[in-house]
Amino acid sequence: MEKKLYIVRCGEVALKGMNKPYFERILLERVRKAIECYEDAEARWIDGLMFVRVPADIPEDDVIGRCVRVFGVASVSPAIEAPKDINEIGRLAAEYMMQLIEEEGVRTFKVKGKRADKSFAVQSPEIGKQVGAIILKTCKVLSVNVHEPDVLLTVDVRREGAYIFRDKIKGFGGLPLGTNGRGMILMSGGIDSPVAAFMMAKRGMSIEAVHFHSYPYTSQRAQKKVEDLVKVLAGYMGTIRMHVVNLLPIQEQIVQNCPEDETTLLVRRFMMRIAEEIAVRNHNMMLITGEDLGQVASQTAEALVVTDSVVKMPVMRPLIAMDKVDIMDKAREIGTYDISIQPYEDCCTVFLPKHPVTKPKLERIEKSESALDVQALVDAAVAAEEIIEIRP
Amino acid sequence: MASLIYLDNSATTRQYDEVTELMYQTAKNTYGNPSSLHSLGFEANNMLTDARRDIEALMNPGGEVIFTSGGTESDNMALVSTARKLKRRGRRIITTAVEHPAVLETCRRLSEDGFEVIYAGVDEKGLVNTEEIRQALSDDTIMVSVMTVNNESGTVQPVNEISRMIREYNKSHGSGIVFHTDAVQAFGKLRMSGINADLISVSGHKFHGPRGAGFLYMRKDLKLPAFITGGGQENHYRSSTENLPGIAGMALAAKISYEDIDTKMQEMSEVNDYLYKGLTAELRDIVLNGAENLGWSVDNEVMRGARCPAVLNITFKGTRGEVLLHTLEQDGIFVSTGSACASHKTGDSHVLSAMGLDHKAIEGAIRFSFSEFNTIEEMDVVIDRVKAAVNRFRRLGSFR
Repeated sequence: MEKKLYIVRCGEVALKGMNKPYFERILLERVRKAIECYEDAEARWIDGLMFVRVPADIPEDDVIGRCVRVFGVASVSPAIEAPKDINEIGRLAAEYMMQLIEEEGVRTFKVKGKRADKSFAVQSPEIGKQVGAIILKTCKVLSVNVHEPDVLLTVDVRREGAYIFRDKIKGFGGLPLGTNGRGMILMSGGIDSPVAAFMMAKRGMSIEAVHFHSYPYTSQRAQKKVEDLVKVLAGYMGTIRMHVVNLLPIQEQIVQNCPEDETTLLVRRFMMRIAEEIAVRNHNMMLITGEDLGQVASQTAEALVVTDSVVKMPVMRPLIAMDKVDIMDKAREIGTYDISIQPYEDCCTVFLPKHPVTKPKLERIEKSESALDVQALVDAAVAAEEIIEIRP
Repeated sequence: MASLIYLDNSATTRQYDEVTELMYQTAKNTYGNPSSLHSLGFEANNMLTDARRDIEALMNPGGEVIFTSGGTESDNMALVSTARKLKRRGRRIITTAVEHPAVLETCRRLSEDGFEVIYAGVDEKGLVNTEEIRQALSDDTIMVSVMTVNNESGTVQPVNEISRMIREYNKSHGSGIVFHTDAVQAFGKLRMSGINADLISVSGHKFHGPRGAGFLYMRKDLKLPAFITGGGQENHYRSSTENLPGIAGMALAAKISYEDIDTKMQEMSEVNDYLYKGLTAELRDIVLNGAENLGWSVDNEVMRGARCPAVLNITFKGTRGEVLLHTLEQDGIFVSTGSACASHKTGDSHVLSAMGLDHKAIEGAIRFSFSEFNTIEEMDVVIDRVKAAVNRFRRLGSFR
């Protein structure tokens, strides 16, 4: 079967020095994984660009969609291959423009020439001119517009061949997944945590998740919502393992034995402890939360000091300085927003105190906590965890 | 989890095995189109005729049965078609604040089309204020719609009293006000032959029949305009190729439901009463949302405003129904709540609100709804598990 070419450009990976081959190898693996669903698809690096070839009958949008979701990909262009002959390039470019006239009603264009292969006799500006002239001759309805063309056609003449392409569909950039350790996200079901997980993964971190619920105070539908969110993330990262922990026994102990206004913070400290325990056991090196400075009572600077002090592991908070509206935009961009806003209770809202403490003192919190057998509660919660694998 | 205790029969019921079997056989063998002239079509048509006859036999004589896709469609057909037919005669529609959304939302849409809708209120037991309806009757009134049994409180509304009132008004004023009752929760429990209404909505899956099948009973001389136009099925009222397995299944379920109906209702009353008494004995601060006395007649003066034995709605003060529901489901007990989502007032039941319950009381409300399959032995388990769930919740004190 005839194949169609897609040129994939990497972003930051190209800037790497000594480690570049390592990052390139991983990115190639990720892209190969993304297109493995197509029979007879291939991907390889040639002089700093990745060439992906896929059977021509597969819809362009589908291929592009899969490639731009790979972290580390800066942009993707469907491209036409041509022999290194200026007349042949012109003919194929004109053929392509005819197609665009028919499909999109294109009327103006501009050709930009590039010559990576300096042995090619025609220089860059001249490539543009000559190919443009052939197009004008073939396609009578077209005219050149150098400032605002309907179509900007790029002709790139490289060592192994010449390539004609129009669009550059942007990817998320970042670094290939798996090049930056492994972290455990505390996944709530709100808007923030999926975005936090996404941002860390985009920087190359492999993600595992832990979700706390308070069944029967929270419903099975609330957990299904979290699974749906993780499923969206899995679309970028591949299968994600999620640990599910019932926090209710701990919440009951806190409610019965500790001051009401500290409930939320005490619960959060337990979440951090349990998450760290599960993270260590599963070889995660960091925790990740969707906390955002000052967003709610448990996310004030003082509160973060109190929750942070129970764990030894670094806690990544990629959203800490973002505004809520920007987080919401990001959630829309990655496709988690509409799921996040479904109205189910999560375990944080079940025992919401009427007036939560906003400037907690660590000593006071620790004193309140001394009424509980912390280690036993953590151990019991971890022992009762459920593990589910969520596939894209 | 041991055997399931299903107490959500007002939501939907478990289909009779005989019904499932008949539907399977009908789908497999009687696949002809009742409108076809050949023998397969003839056979299908006979089955349809039999189903209609069986159901009509259970209703007040003088009406015909139009098969629909269920209670919601029947309500839509009754209200919209009546409004279309009588729109030149008047613009006022009278209903109650506690109707099912199938009626309320249809009324809301009619009000957007220029009709005036009056909502009669109910008392704290859920009984509709018939005086409000009487006072709202006017020359401009075209229709009154009052449900037979309320789905949340179980209150049996005095539909025959209202029907009489309308007939008298029509006589003395020369009006033609149409009376519709949504009997979705009444069919299979109350004797339908005793109910006087021009239009009656019924849904198959509330009496151990299939989903996707229901009917509208219509007084023969009413002659409403077609609701769904097309090939002219259902006497032109509702075109569409008939859902024969569903219709046959529903007719069989209707027949089985009404076998020994008095015994069944007596037993259901005992089960209902046993649960209520048991819970009252074991738990403090519980409130019955609905009438104390159980009854299943729309005529008996003594029984006016009685509660249908199929429903027991209770507020457990200081708890949240949603949490009790999830706690009980862990023990294999299935109930429903008065509030869809504990954290939003917007999810509160409009029925319980109309009965005067505040948000807290609605939040703590649980509806147990029964079928002929429930037993006293089951109620012993339910009482024990509800008691444990309520006490566990209440121990956690003032939170939310």
